[in-house]
Amino acid sequence: MSIFNLIRLALLALQRNKLRAFLTMLGIIIGVAAVIAMVAIGEGSKESIQSQLGNMGSNMITIMPASNVAGGARLEGSSVQTLRVTDVEALQKQATLLSAVSPVSSSRGQSISGALNWPTQLQGGNTDYFDIRKLTLQDGILYSESDVAAAAKVCLLGKTVVDNLFPSGENPIGKVIRFNKIPLQVIGTLAPKGVSSFGQDQDDIIVAPYTTIQKRVLASIYLQNIQASAINEESSEAAVDQITAILRSTHRLRASDENDFQVRTMAELIKTLSSTSSLLTVLLTAIAGISLVIGGIGIMNIMYVSVTERTREIGLRMSIGARGIDILLQFLVEAIIISITGGIIGVVLGVTTSTLINVLLGWPTLVSESSIILSFLVCAFTGVFFGYYPAQKASRLDPIEALRYE
Amino acid sequence: MTKKILEIDDIKREFHMGTEVVRALKGIHFTVDAGEFVTIMGSSGSGKTTLLNILGCLDKPTSGTYMLDGTNVGNQSRNELAKVRNLKIGFVFQAYNLLPRTSALENVELPLFYNKAINTHQRRERAIKALEAVKLAERLDHTPSQLSGGQQQRVAIARALVNEPVMILADEATGNLDTRTSYEIMALMQELNQQGKTIVFVTHEPDIAAFSSRTIMLRDGRVQKDYLNENVRSAKEALAALPVSDDY
Repeated sequence: MSIFNLIRLALLALQRNKLRAFLTMLGIIIGVAAVIAMVAIGEGSKESIQSQLGNMGSNMITIMPASNVAGGARLEGSSVQTLRVTDVEALQKQATLLSAVSPVSSSRGQSISGALNWPTQLQGGNTDYFDIRKLTLQDGILYSESDVAAAAKVCLLGKTVVDNLFPSGENPIGKVIRFNKIPLQVIGTLAPKGVSSFGQDQDDIIVAPYTTIQKRVLASIYLQNIQASAINEESSEAAVDQITAILRSTHRLRASDENDFQVRTMAELIKTLSSTSSLLTVLLTAIAGISLVIGGIGIMNIMYVSVTERTREIGLRMSIGARGIDILLQFLVEAIIISITGGIIGVVLGVTTSTLINVLLGWPTLVSESSIILSFLVCAFTGVFFGYYPAQKASRLDPIEALRYE
Repeated sequence: MTKKILEIDDIKREFHMGTEVVRALKGIHFTVDAGEFVTIMGSSGSGKTTLLNILGCLDKPTSGTYMLDGTNVGNQSRNELAKVRNLKIGFVFQAYNLLPRTSALENVELPLFYNKAINTHQRRERAIKALEAVKLAERLDHTPSQLSGGQQQRVAIARALVNEPVMILADEATGNLDTRTSYEIMALMQELNQQGKTIVFVTHEPDIAAFSSRTIMLRDGRVQKDYLNENVRSAKEALAALPVSDDY
């Protein structure tokens, strides 16, 4: 029997039991849709973490003071003061794999404008800081080299700070705000960056030259950290080694001494966070995969019922010349059509669900082609695998007994 | 010399039921020439069904040779037998065995699906011709549930004819029908026989056997009697002689 006739025959058989065929298909539909939606959620969250971290600067390298030992007690890294401006200068001169280096000072405090106030973070570096942190200007101007040199009392405001200090929508540029007790003139506003993947509001920030923060707010010669940009993402590992070597020599550490600083790259962080999200994807996919297998068992079950129900038909077909293989193919094609039709509907449903999840719940989803192809292949395989045994049972029936079957 | 369609030589068939051996056929000989209308008769347990299964290539004899249309089918594989059934034998069953919810035309086309030499166009053409031969040309699109018992059996006969087999093998083909319809079916069989079809008709009704040209009586696994029918009854005349029923 030709493949065309086999398909036609299978469609006729399915058409006679529309509801049953649909219910059988439902298992596969739900399975495939679940796989696609789950993978989309997993991949979406991974993608969103990566893009958000990339937004923070994917080749960003942060150098922080390391925990140190004072009187036998190890101190928390942030309380240790080991990084100075001279370290930054050494890095700027010697490091070949860095495109930009900036000292970073920061302080939490209350910002005040007129009768309004808002608790926020004051941060700053040199003029490269904007590049490294991927901060862009919305309005006004950035601070200049001379502002940094003079520890000028100027600042740029993030969107959250603007919203809270200037709620009526007036232009903050040119206004003078106070951070704690220090007056700062607003020279610009920053383009909004949104919430980071850690749930931190990246717009809740005031940026000023690090010298201003060091001298006027903190009154300290030490830096909270140093931020740098590797020339590209791939060289960030090598850049870490270079930074380590340079800082060990400027800090005059002996070979036996521990580093009094630590170097973190964004790439590392991306990897860690992505691996969590990959694990999530694997788990979700495994659960969805189980539902696909259950769908397959549903097909097998209904095909066995169908074979038993049509025993006489099988007997008749054999008596008028159908070979075992003809009968086998007839039932196998039927099972495959159920699973493939279910697969197609499942793909459509899965993609729709992913879109709906994205639109209605606001979760990031990413439908990958590979998940569509994979789940489609799996369900075609399911059809063959679970359809084969019932079909084989049908093909091995004894025509004499099948004809007499009541 | 006329061509021999069936040559049955010393066919035995034994079934093993646990430790016991049931000998259903104990050595059967006969030949059937092309164009004969043979009825095989016998009471139940005489080996009728077993013989029918072997003649229909659904079962193989334990020993003996069975030549169908000049080829020995005793030593063929399952797939080869399927081909023989498709091309050389037209089955007509007691219970019609039509596919439900499938039109008469599609039911008749069924054997041609398993014949690779026939294309879609020829299939349709031959199926219509076969249905015309059984006088059901106006019922092509009717499903079995929309046809009477006699009409269903005629569809089944059309299905048996459609692949132009060398022999029509009928198994109690009138068993489910009333007398009038049985006679109609027998009239159709006689007509096909006159057109040259070889018919082997298994029945237990002597009434039906009277329409055939030859009768083989089985008893206890052997041929008890094998005789030519001197005066073959015409089913058409028998039909005309039936009292006109006025209750329906």
